[in-house]
Amino acid sequence: MSAHPEVLPQQQMRRVVGTQLLLLSCFLLSLAGLLVPEHLKAIVGLSAALVLVVGLWRRSYLFSTDHKVIGVQFLVTSLVMLLIGGLLAMLIRLQLGWPTHYTDEAGLAHRTFLTVQKLLPGGFSSGIMDSGFYNMLFTMHGSIMIFFAIIPLLVGVFGNYLIPLKIGAGDMAFPRLNMYSYWLLPPAILIVCAGFFMQSGAAASGWTAYAPLSTTLGPGQVCWIVGIIVLGASSIMGAVNYVTTIINLRTNGMQFFRLPMSIWALFITAIIVLMATPVLAAALILLLCDTTLHTSFFLPAGLIIDGVLQHNSGGQVLLWQHLFWFYSHPAVYIMILPAMGITSEILPVFARKPLFGYHSMVYAIMAIAVLGFLVWAHHMFVSGMNPTLGTSFMVSTMVIAVPSAIKTFNWLGTLWRGSIRLTTPMLHALAFVSMFVIGGLTGIFAAASPVDLYIHDTYFIVGHLHYVLFGGSLFGIFAGITFWFPKMFGRMLNETLGKWHFALTVLFFNCVMFPMFILGIAGMPRRIYDYTGYAHLAHVGPLNRMMSVSAFCLGIAQLLFIINFFWSLFRGKLAGDNPWQANTLEWTTASPPPHGNFVKPLTVYHGPYEYSVPGRTDDWLPQHVKA
Amino acid sequence: MCAQHLLCVTGIACAWLLAQANAWAFGSGVRVWLPESITTTAPAIDRLFYTVLAITSVVFVLVQATLLIFLIRYRHRPGHRAAYTHGNNLIEIIWTVIPAGILVFLAMYSQRVWSQVRGTPPPPDLEVEITAEQFAWNIRYAGPDGQFNTTDDITTINQLHLPVHQTVLIDLKSKDVIHSFFVPQFRMKQDTVPGLTGHMWISATKTGNFEIACAELCGLGHYRMRGALTIESPEAFQAWLIKTRKEQES
Repeated sequence: MSAHPEVLPQQQMRRVVGTQLLLLSCFLLSLAGLLVPEHLKAIVGLSAALVLVVGLWRRSYLFSTDHKVIGVQFLVTSLVMLLIGGLLAMLIRLQLGWPTHYTDEAGLAHRTFLTVQKLLPGGFSSGIMDSGFYNMLFTMHGSIMIFFAIIPLLVGVFGNYLIPLKIGAGDMAFPRLNMYSYWLLPPAILIVCAGFFMQSGAAASGWTAYAPLSTTLGPGQVCWIVGIIVLGASSIMGAVNYVTTIINLRTNGMQFFRLPMSIWALFITAIIVLMATPVLAAALILLLCDTTLHTSFFLPAGLIIDGVLQHNSGGQVLLWQHLFWFYSHPAVYIMILPAMGITSEILPVFARKPLFGYHSMVYAIMAIAVLGFLVWAHHMFVSGMNPTLGTSFMVSTMVIAVPSAIKTFNWLGTLWRGSIRLTTPMLHALAFVSMFVIGGLTGIFAAASPVDLYIHDTYFIVGHLHYVLFGGSLFGIFAGITFWFPKMFGRMLNETLGKWHFALTVLFFNCVMFPMFILGIAGMPRRIYDYTGYAHLAHVGPLNRMMSVSAFCLGIAQLLFIINFFWSLFRGKLAGDNPWQANTLEWTTASPPPHGNFVKPLTVYHGPYEYSVPGRTDDWLPQHVKA
Repeated sequence: MCAQHLLCVTGIACAWLLAQANAWAFGSGVRVWLPESITTTAPAIDRLFYTVLAITSVVFVLVQATLLIFLIRYRHRPGHRAAYTHGNNLIEIIWTVIPAGILVFLAMYSQRVWSQVRGTPPPPDLEVEITAEQFAWNIRYAGPDGQFNTTDDITTINQLHLPVHQTVLIDLKSKDVIHSFFVPQFRMKQDTVPGLTGHMWISATKTGNFEIACAELCGLGHYRMRGALTIESPEAFQAWLIKTRKEQES
């Protein structure tokens, strides 16, 4: 950023957002090739050329090593991917709401369908959605949301932006590595999404990519594997940086037990990433070998695929599942711990009260992290794994519910006798608590292994995971973005728009996701393109249509957030250094903070949540102010 | 519009929509809920399900009600200051021990049902071998000699007949990718894994026609990988077996 010393920091951050969006739209221009397949090559060429031009023209905004710029780059990229993932979800709901007959239903649904059909001719070859395209939709929805939206939003955005500011450091320990960790994300996205442009289509074996199905699917699936390996490298680079920075660059007096909860959560998340992601990378490389080099890590002898006997021998199908879930269950905690940290950070600010049980909150996070590595096979109760092994994973899964319960009770304890102000970030944080409770409690059904025999791979699980990842992680993300937007861009978000966005999101989210539990209990399997053939699902059509309509409304409600984001970026009320009267160190510097963050080194005297200290006129006591 | 109003409106709208959802779910006069259970083990699983449902519902209501009461009771009012407290170790211990106790109970209960359902099966009256492939269920009965893979085996595609009140051991295999043998009325599913033989045992308590669903994504035709399941009296089953063998020989 030193290339433009004359522009104001606010304007700089706006330019970072603008440049990033410009670059992404140049990337996404290649999607237009889907509409006019005959000009595909020209459009892809044009998009590549534009990317190059923008990259050269705005290079000083694109290739910055400043952690704040990198955080905002992560924010823009992953919000765009969140939007794309959401659009894919709406296509899934289009199919599930009206699985067989688009014409007999309401006129609006039919017209919507015709429009979508025109937009995506590749997926609708026979006039209705193809079952193969449907498989791609839910595979890509899951992969994009998990790998390119939730993880980068929580770990990439908040990790990069908050860690140096909250521990009183000028930047990350390895700024250049940090920049590389961001710049591996766009290629990973491009590689994974490239499948949409191939004859074989995108990956279609679910986000879990179970072998042997995933080894039979062709180039789109190979792209998925390679892209996720690249993303894994990005995650590992980021995590190394976070751990090193938090251990080494804490300012004077910032002891470990004076760290804000969001930093604790990100610290432990980074350790999980470092321990789990290499396992996923190894598993993916083995899967890549099985797919392309005809090795047999996951493929046993005697497979007959499309009537052809395969020349494999000695592989183990269940090995993939063990390796995959050894990463992917801790990944669930990668996606929830930072959101828990953000919530623990926001509740005290707006309850004007110290966090209840700071130490037990920290120990609960540690317990979740350790236990998170011991529960992976609860995804495999019906996989053919030895039932005795199932027992031990059932027990460990029950145990991990305890620290989650402790956290919930401590959040309630924080609100108790507080002075609660319902601002937009607070509302999102409260929604996190409320929705995470549903996600956690429904997890107990799945943990009780005999019940899992029935609900495994049904909509009950889809409902459960959405209550954790949307109800939990995404509300945590909205809380975080609305809370730190003033720090990032120097202007406040509009509260009225923010509250409407919150209310509609909570409402429609519950209308889409809650009926999933009922569908699961009725025995509706997940990943089913058309459920109408099953006798036991003869009556679930109306409920599915109601969910679909709610899903479209949920999508439309997000426009409020987008409008609010851009309007406030230019026209929002000026924020000042500390609009929420919060205690942590990021609020002691300018909004947005200058290069290097702090004018002079800070000394920390006490913990981060000293609100309403008796005997003081102010109801807040910043960390760097002596009591 | 102030936040309290917004919360009220949201609450009312949620209640209205849930009522609507309920109407939708019951609209056709049939309740969208657990299908009937037709094996000796299914009621045990249902009882566990309802136990978990009862416990989680109580916790759900208590937590959400507490949250709501706190939001109203401790809302910001001018002149009021929040209490200054960092927590209380005794209360931390209480709310660690109580959930832990409940979860230990659930784990022990689950374990009992689990060993009943998935433990060593009772000696079977009949063994059936099912080999899944994209996108069909190949069903094989041993025939009169009681041995599989001999000339007198009886094979069908997607037609599984089982006798009522007899213990049946189902061996599950796969030719190509992973499938999952799922009969909702059994309350059970078991993946069919290439290279492994899975087992499921059941003893049906009711006759009738049911369906086998595939519960693990297996490719383009996953959604239509359906099998027919007929549970009939042992006599009718034997008659069907003989008839099918005759048809096969001719």
